[in-house]
Amino acid sequence: MMISYRDALNQAMREEMRRDDRVFLIGEEVGHYQGAFKVSKGFVEEFGPQRVLDTPITEAGFTGLAIGAAMAGLHPIVELMTFNFGILALDQIVNNAAKIRYMSGGQLSVPIVIRGPGSAAHQLGAQHSQSLEAWFCHVPGLKVMAPATPYDAKGLLKSAIRDPNPIIFIEAQLLYGTKGEVGEGDYTIPIGKAEVKRQGQDVTIVAYSKMLLVALEAAEDLAREGIDVEIVDPRTLKPLDVEAVVASVKKTGRLVIVEEGWRFAGLGAQIADSVYERAFDYLDGPIVRVTGADVPMPYTRSLEDAAIPDRVRVMAAVRQILGKGQRPIPHHK
Amino acid sequence: MDRQDFLSLYRHMLLIRRFEEKSAEMYALAKIAGFLHLYIGEEAIAVGAIAAIEPDDYVISSYRDHGHCLARGSDPRLVMAELFGKATGLCKGKGGSMHLVDAARNFMGGYAIVGGHLPLATGLAFAAQYQKRDQVVLCFFGEGALPTGQAHEAFNLAALWKLPVIFICENNRYGMGTPVKKAVALYSNIAETARSYGIPAERVDGMDVLAVQTLMCVIVPKVRSAQGPYFVEATTYRFMGHSMADPAHGHYRTKEEVEEERRRDPLALLRRTMLDQNLAGDADLKLVERDVTEAIAAAVKFADESPFPPRDALYEHVYDE
Repeated sequence: MMISYRDALNQAMREEMRRDDRVFLIGEEVGHYQGAFKVSKGFVEEFGPQRVLDTPITEAGFTGLAIGAAMAGLHPIVELMTFNFGILALDQIVNNAAKIRYMSGGQLSVPIVIRGPGSAAHQLGAQHSQSLEAWFCHVPGLKVMAPATPYDAKGLLKSAIRDPNPIIFIEAQLLYGTKGEVGEGDYTIPIGKAEVKRQGQDVTIVAYSKMLLVALEAAEDLAREGIDVEIVDPRTLKPLDVEAVVASVKKTGRLVIVEEGWRFAGLGAQIADSVYERAFDYLDGPIVRVTGADVPMPYTRSLEDAAIPDRVRVMAAVRQILGKGQRPIPHHK
Repeated sequence: MDRQDFLSLYRHMLLIRRFEEKSAEMYALAKIAGFLHLYIGEEAIAVGAIAAIEPDDYVISSYRDHGHCLARGSDPRLVMAELFGKATGLCKGKGGSMHLVDAARNFMGGYAIVGGHLPLATGLAFAAQYQKRDQVVLCFFGEGALPTGQAHEAFNLAALWKLPVIFICENNRYGMGTPVKKAVALYSNIAETARSYGIPAERVDGMDVLAVQTLMCVIVPKVRSAQGPYFVEATTYRFMGHSMADPAHGHYRTKEEVEEERRRDPLALLRRTMLDQNLAGDADLKLVERDVTEAIAAAVKFADESPFPPRDALYEHVYDE
């Protein structure tokens, strides 16, 4: 069945809430408004306001409340209207959710999913366009996911809800309307398992979330030039499936990493480090990163386009790594 | 209350006092490291409040948490071992003085980001409400947490959703070295802060354990019967410095002020009341003192003799497998 990414998330949460009454949804506009991005359409009607909680604008307050509820044995799903607003809840996520199990010597657990849209959409400006996954990946105790397809979104979200740990689940805003095949009924996708989204021989691209779609488009065009690209989507960013990336690099000898987030100390730097450590001898040349520009996101379209990796830039990076073209235009100083 | 109840209050308060004194001593001997914030002078609040709740109610606290943990009934040996950083500690040496947790007693922890645990308290209360269990939550914090945004977010949500949480503000008049007058706009009546959210609030003499317990025995049933949150300002005074890095009176308060406040020592007050009202005799108190002295000695011995965690414990408990 072809459904949207949005509906896949809706199904995942709905099935899990039917399955386990410890699961509840909390956030701004998740109930009667049906979710700012309509992900929780029909929820308050089916589950009632006790399990679908509209909150005031109080990210630290409701995220902290949900963490406390998780400590007491419930399994909350926190919807952040966007991850930009999640910065207000960072103390709760980093100082409490991520550390309570460790600080308590394993006495307490925090089974919680904190989900919502991240990354840029169309001209939303600097405060609504951030890709913050690297921040969360940095913190021991958190797991981080950023699935790109409806199938992966549904299966991973179900696994996340069943997991006993705090999970950051990042959905790209522009993915909500994208469609894909989703199987009927109950299935889950294991946390920490990458998937090869396209088989190829010449070069490996690692890309996740919205950037997977960019990479797939670039690969189609490159195929017409006779370049055979393999694409690995980690799906879970932490724990990262280094094995899968390394296996692909051993096959192709070349790696391009695409991420929408800022370049400096970005996730790609970590992925590159992990690959250098495990598969340096298999690389035919340096790893190339295609990243967002190190600037606050500008509003105007021409500059926004220049700040976000696109098909053209990914193609240029692949040609570069194969020695088949000039260096891609650097967008960072 | 019968004589045993009074003696029990006395015993818990004395246990905390002696535990804290011994902790300071062990800190000086470098058996305890890091930050160490003592509860001396404030014992009546934790003991009086916790005496008014049931075993399955929740307690959560700030970084000055030894008193609440011991008042909840945690084994002093395990608490001391935690302070020593030993594998046998409550949290296997991973929490330390500021992060004591005793999940078996629903002591849900000490938290060291000021104001950050108030939202957690609302969550524990939410879970009780969600699961239709008639538990209440006692959330202890200093007046230094009052100006934080998270405290206000917690008050608002608790009031809005009628959550069974009692916010207990231990007003010891100094957030570290900052007097409450310089920190809280409504310093002369901080309970107004809670009332502005529609939360009923009371002020109590936090040096008088009987006053604290009596008030809590009135409030707890109201909160338990789903009437929503409550706020208590317990006025108190920290007899020691903010932490071991801060001398008893520091630069921000005078020696005379500390001396003056020490005359209202909560332990001495209870002792006098018990003797005056013939609720206990000298012999009873002596017996308690002997018990407590033995318990503290046993705690230090246990902590000292326990092993440190092995290095391979480093990666345990990062995730729930």
